[in-house]
Amino acid sequence: MAEQYVAAVDQGTNSSRCILFDRRGRLVSVAQREHRQLFPRPGWVEHDAEEIWRNVARVVPAAIRQIGAAPSQVVAIGITNQRETSLLWDRRTGRPIGHAVVWQDTRTDRLVTELAGDEGADRFADLCGLPLTTYFSAPRIKWMLDHTPGLRQRAERGEVLFGTMETWLIWNFTGGPNSQAQHVTDVTNASRTMLMNIETLEWDDKLLEAFDVPRAILPEIRPSSGVFATATEVLPGVRIGAALGDQQAALFGQTCFSAGEAKCTYGTGSFLLLHTGQEIVRSKHGMLTTVAYQIGDQPASYALEGSMAVTGSLVQWFRDGLGMIHTAAEIETLARTVDDNGGAYIVPAFSGLFAPHWRSEARGVIAGLTGYITKGHLARAVLEATGFQTLEVVDAMNADSGIALTALKVDGGMTANNLLMQFLADLLDVPVVRPMVTETVSLGAAYAAGLAVGYWPDLEGLRSNWHRAGQWMPHMDPARRATEYANWQAAVQRTFNWIRTEDQEP
Amino acid sequence: MPGTVQSIERAAAVLRLLAAAPDGLGVADLGNALGLAKTTVHGILRTLHQVGFVEQDHSGAHYHLSDAFGRLGESYLDPNELRSRAINWADSLASRSGEVVRVGRLVEGKVEVVHHVFRPDDSDQNLDVGTTLPPHATALGKAVLAYDTSARPRSLEAYTTRTITDPVQLSEELATVRSRGWATELEEHTVELASIAAPIRGLGGLVVGAVGLAGRIERICDSRLRHRGDLVTMVRATADAIARDLRDDT
Repeated sequence: MAEQYVAAVDQGTNSSRCILFDRRGRLVSVAQREHRQLFPRPGWVEHDAEEIWRNVARVVPAAIRQIGAAPSQVVAIGITNQRETSLLWDRRTGRPIGHAVVWQDTRTDRLVTELAGDEGADRFADLCGLPLTTYFSAPRIKWMLDHTPGLRQRAERGEVLFGTMETWLIWNFTGGPNSQAQHVTDVTNASRTMLMNIETLEWDDKLLEAFDVPRAILPEIRPSSGVFATATEVLPGVRIGAALGDQQAALFGQTCFSAGEAKCTYGTGSFLLLHTGQEIVRSKHGMLTTVAYQIGDQPASYALEGSMAVTGSLVQWFRDGLGMIHTAAEIETLARTVDDNGGAYIVPAFSGLFAPHWRSEARGVIAGLTGYITKGHLARAVLEATGFQTLEVVDAMNADSGIALTALKVDGGMTANNLLMQFLADLLDVPVVRPMVTETVSLGAAYAAGLAVGYWPDLEGLRSNWHRAGQWMPHMDPARRATEYANWQAAVQRTFNWIRTEDQEP
Repeated sequence: MPGTVQSIERAAAVLRLLAAAPDGLGVADLGNALGLAKTTVHGILRTLHQVGFVEQDHSGAHYHLSDAFGRLGESYLDPNELRSRAINWADSLASRSGEVVRVGRLVEGKVEVVHHVFRPDDSDQNLDVGTTLPPHATALGKAVLAYDTSARPRSLEAYTTRTITDPVQLSEELATVRSRGWATELEEHTVELASIAAPIRGLGGLVVGAVGLAGRIERICDSRLRHRGDLVTMVRATADAIARDLRDDT
């Protein structure tokens, strides 16, 4: 019998990819296409959802072709996606209504402040587990409905559909406007909208009312792992077995299936998730409470999440904005031309600070700048910014969960950076471990989909696929660690209160 | 006598003009100066851009010589770039073969480990990225040494009784590597261990490094001490996959 594979579709912030995995969880082929980043105004970030669907429809067959396989050798599709990016489209024509508004977009800055009012940013945290920030979907939906004439009326009449990217893809995979297309989402993606009740896992009337979102536009919430539908487009006849937000998928791909297990994915932004079992842990230190995954009709598992907005994108800025390097990987070469940061610290609060600070009015600084600083020092400061941000999140997470982290499982593109990985181990004072498959986001989606169709029997079977590919041990002198962290914290203080309400960006 | 290659003559002319224009030149400027069609100039510029000799300004309208052009003797591929391109394929090789995988490149007569993937058995192993290996005593080393045009290592240190210490024998061994396209080693560095490696070819066929696996003889070789054909195939496929990745997007 021909070998069978699971296809993971990773619809990310910069590109859409399809990766095929075999039964032992090994990466077999990859196809990828980037899409345009649209910046119509300062602080606005958009994607063309039609371009994204076209890319997905190309990369899936391309990945299969690469290894000379037949589409029938694909037993399931698992979808994972950039979270919170929000799209409205016309139910009848299938055409998007405007561009998708991306998670990094800060246009809802003022709206979020208004919604918080006197009760503060945490006024909905009991219901949805999240603070009010520009990051999540609900304020974005309200903004879109309020700023397009007549759209709210159409939405109330049921002519408009809302979705995050997995919803858009599944709807198109199942025929789009012409047929019985499925308008569905999963618990992890729904948990990032601020509209789902984190306990009942259903859309919450109080939240819908607070954000003025008509129920008619919302998709049906499903478990993360379970057959959503059978595709009629691109891979007709293949079952869609899973959908998860990218970070939850990475947690799944790292096989963090028990309470206390944690991973951090280093990409454009970086995200540390700690599995808290079936318990909903409420953070007192700026962490988010989120759904980790739900398998079929089993109870959902939860996680605490620490999000860092700008990590890999700081390297991109160093490359594209400043032109200091030609490729992202060269930053390590440049950083190794010096022995330390020379006293310079870069706090990349490009659109405010995420966890644990959540300061939307903060903006970035380069602190400790002297005539001694070379581009090598700045390259170090760029990489170290990711390390320091991780340490802040780990500190907060330890305080919330009462469990000290003993090792950090890492993945994502930046794990190819040895200097950063060593700095992380030094700073956190725990071993940093890289698994054999760095593409854990896709792997997690494949695992969840394969589980749904019986390609893999159970979680233990998946665990046995996990192997250590690399490990960095801590070496830094504790006194130096303390000084460096104190310097970083002092630099962070200097980013606060930069945007003042009277001169806020339009 | 073979003739000359016209496209190289034209490329040289383009380079001369760009070197004399500090503000860079556009496709039309170059076409007018050389009496060539725009599409011809564009093709030459795209190729020169791909090999890293010219760069485009922000608008994309002007081309100028890259700073790499003045440093042609240096390695053209950043080692950290090589690692980031190799990482997925090296992981896949380690998980398929069950052995340690390394990516290396030749630096000052030694093989520098650019990337290291643990043997996937979750045993205690230490990352050895940045350390060096003797090129004449490892498959990884032979795979890059075979294509290196600078001087061969003069003193061939013995690590085991099987290490090749005779320069003539080493030359023969490297000729075999070139004809087969892959390199092997058997207890030449460490007793009871063996290794297999293949060169990674970048643009124009330049060998930018090698990828290989190493492990206990009984797992790497068959009962007649021949390196297992299935492992050789995997190593070569991995080297090709990394090379394809390098050529596609540079």
